[in-house]
This record gives sequence, C-alpha cells and structure tokens, in this order.
Amino acid sequence: MRNRFYRLGLLGIVTATFVFRVAGDDKPYDRQEALAKYRRPASVPCPEDNRPSAARVDLGKRLFFDPRLSGPNSISCASCHNPAFSWGDGLPKGVGFGSKELGRRTPTILNVAFGELMFWDGRAASLEEQALGPIQSPGEMNQPLEGMVTKLQNIPGYQPLFEKAYPGEPIAPATIAKAIATFERTVISEKAPFDDWVTGNESAISASAKRGFDLFNTKANCAACHTGWNFTDDGFHDIGLVSTDIGRGKHLPQVEAVQFAFKTPTLRNADRRAPYMHDGSEKSLEEVVDYYTRGGTTKRPSLAQEIKPFVLTSGEKDDLCNFIRTLTSNDQPVSIPTLP
Amino acid sequence: MRYYTLLAFLAATSLSAGDDVPGDSQKIIQKNREFSETEITIKPGEKVVFKNTDDVTHNVFSNSKVNPFTIKIQAPGSSSVVAFPDEGVTDVRCAIHPKMKLKVIVKK
Repeated sequence: MRNRFYRLGLLGIVTATFVFRVAGDDKPYDRQEALAKYRRPASVPCPEDNRPSAARVDLGKRLFFDPRLSGPNSISCASCHNPAFSWGDGLPKGVGFGSKELGRRTPTILNVAFGELMFWDGRAASLEEQALGPIQSPGEMNQPLEGMVTKLQNIPGYQPLFEKAYPGEPIAPATIAKAIATFERTVISEKAPFDDWVTGNESAISASAKRGFDLFNTKANCAACHTGWNFTDDGFHDIGLVSTDIGRGKHLPQVEAVQFAFKTPTLRNADRRAPYMHDGSEKSLEEVVDYYTRGGTTKRPSLAQEIKPFVLTSGEKDDLCNFIRTLTSNDQPVSIPTLP
Repeated sequence: MRYYTLLAFLAATSLSAGDDVPGDSQKIIQKNREFSETEITIKPGEKVVFKNTDDVTHNVFSNSKVNPFTIKIQAPGSSSVVAFPDEGVTDVRCAIHPKMKLKVIVKK
C-alpha cells in the first residue's frame, strides 16, 4: 500500500514536471511568453533581384495554371498544388506524368515565401530554383526547358506579359522561374482564429484549443519543430517513419542526423491537407498525434532526439487537434486565370 | 563520406556544458535556432566553440572547400570545439535548421 502511494506520488511529480515545464528546458512554461513567438510577420520576404510587381504576379499566376508548361500539355503546377486542396492534391502521394504515382506526398506551396530550402529534401536553395524542377522532371511534368521556352514564345499573348513583367528580359527559363516564384510568394494563409487569440481576443478560440496550445508547447513538444508563426522550423528531421527514402540524407550523406529526414511542413490550414507526413501514411490529425505519442515507428541512429514516446489522455488528444484546427484561416477563394 | 568523418573526428571535439573556452578560440552561441553572430574573422589555427543553449538539438557542419567539418548531434547545453587551420571562407550551417548561417573568415 505504502509502495503504491509512493509510486502515485512519484507519478504526480513527473506529471507536474511535464505540465509546468517546457520539454528540454528548465524554464517554467509561460503561456503569454509562448504566444509571443507565434505573431504573424509584418511583411513577406523576397529576393533583391526579383521584387514583386502586379505584372509579375499576374504572369506568374498564368504560368502556374498553364498546362502547356508540361510535355503533354495537360499538367500544370496547379494540377498538384491545387488551391482547392490548400495548394496540395489531397492524395497520399503525388501523381505525375502518365498518371504514375510519385514517391512522396505533394507538399503545399502555402507560405513557401518564408521557407529556406525547397522540396521535402531541401534540394533547391530558392523558390526560383525549385520552380523549374518539377517542370523538367520526367516523372512529373516531363517538359525539357528548351521546348517549354519555344512553346511559350509561340503563344502570342505571352510576349507582352513577359515584357511588362520583366522589361528587356527574354522569355527564358530564368524569367519563367522568377514569375512563378513571385506568384507563389503571394500564396499566404490569412488571419486564423489563433492569430486573433495571439493579438488578445480571448474568445477567438475555445478553452479546449487553449489547453491544446499549452500541450503543443510542453508535454507534446510539437513546438520543437513546428515553431514560429508558420509552425515550421524549415528544418529536416527523421521522425521514424518506415521508409527506404533517405530524404535530406541524399544531399548531406556525411550528416547522420539528416538521414531519413524530411522538411517540417507548416501546420497552417493543416486540417485541409490530409493525409499527412511526407509519404501520406497518416490519414487524419488524430492519427498524426497518435503516431507521435508512440515516438515514431523505426528507432535508428538518425531518429530526431525530440521524437520520444509520451502519454496523452483522449481529452488531451482532442485538445491538441482542436488547437491545430484554430490555425485554419477562411482564405479568399482563388480565381483561375484566363490563359493567353 | 570517410573523408568527412575523419575531418569531423580530427577537427571537432565535444565539451560538456559549462566547460571553459580554450584561450585561442571564439565562442558562438546557438539560441532560438540562430547563431549569435552571422560573420566572424579569426586567424589560421584558431578554434571556435559552438555552444547549444537551445532546447532542441543542432548539427553544425560546413561543406565549404576550406575547413569542412561535421559536428555530430549537439544535445541542448553541450559545446563543441572546431579548429579552422586554413585561410579562406568557411560557410557554417546547422544541417537540421538551414536558416542558421555563419560565415567564418580565416585570415592572417
């Protein structure tokens, strides 16, 4: 009996430690301090050599929705990065040229303006560099760049749009990439209920969601990677999924920590982008939370140190998912452009 | 792969939290997923101490032609010492958090 009492007491101390301290930190958790880390930024970053203009956004949007950028003239960037699915495709894995399934889930382009390295494995250093990748990829849009330029040069309506957007520059891969990247930088999630709470509206989200925010930043430790206003560290982590795909490891073979590592996705509007993970293996937010409570599936040397099993009650799981749903904004519908 | 492993072994030495900084070295703090400096200038042979004061792990490395190195996983609170023997510019990153960038200029 005394032994049981002792165990219960110990459990209480351990639980209190988890609840009131940020995981991995000695500092007590403070909700207001945590909230301050999630304030929306005042401006959208862009490179010095590709400042946005209305003409550039307009051109980029048309190119983004134009299937003639693909070899078969039937696949546009928007075929996979579909605004109706929060700029993803709603599939476990992308589908490319010849309706063949690709190796990874289509990442959203939402808020990519704030990203650092592009693609799940970070192989492109900028949005401009990224934009030309899927176009040329035989498995995706299967369009050699030379042929794409010739096609666009032969569509009369494109010449004045390019001239207006990039005066004096030819229709070329570099200008096409710059225009698409400029459009993509306008794809930003709007203010969500969570943002209203951050700025002081206490009734913007439910009590359950507020408890979920506390769990997110403490016991569940989601904030170790899903940090900042866009809920991503733009980093690369092995979260223990069963896979032969080594992700970032292909590009940094000497770094053990990034073997099987993939980029942390944004959680903005996440409830509109099921299924989840880079391989689409988890069907719902609830399944994702369950996955992390188990501490991942595969224990290997590269497994992120932050991935550890932890216990959540069913009420706490609901709280966590309710919180994540407050990150979803009621964005304006996207108009489809008329193509030249 | 072997080359990098050997370099990392020779160049990077781990210190435990609270260790003193060696005399001929500069200290770079990792906090809030940033380095405390974006650029430092040191002399050939000088060392840099990388201290992780974040509550997440880091993995500092450089793929530069001059003074490439890889520190293995740095747990919160730990420090590592890296020697920069050759003149030139070494771009340092965290392999896990690519927004962390530091330029180390090594010149006499």
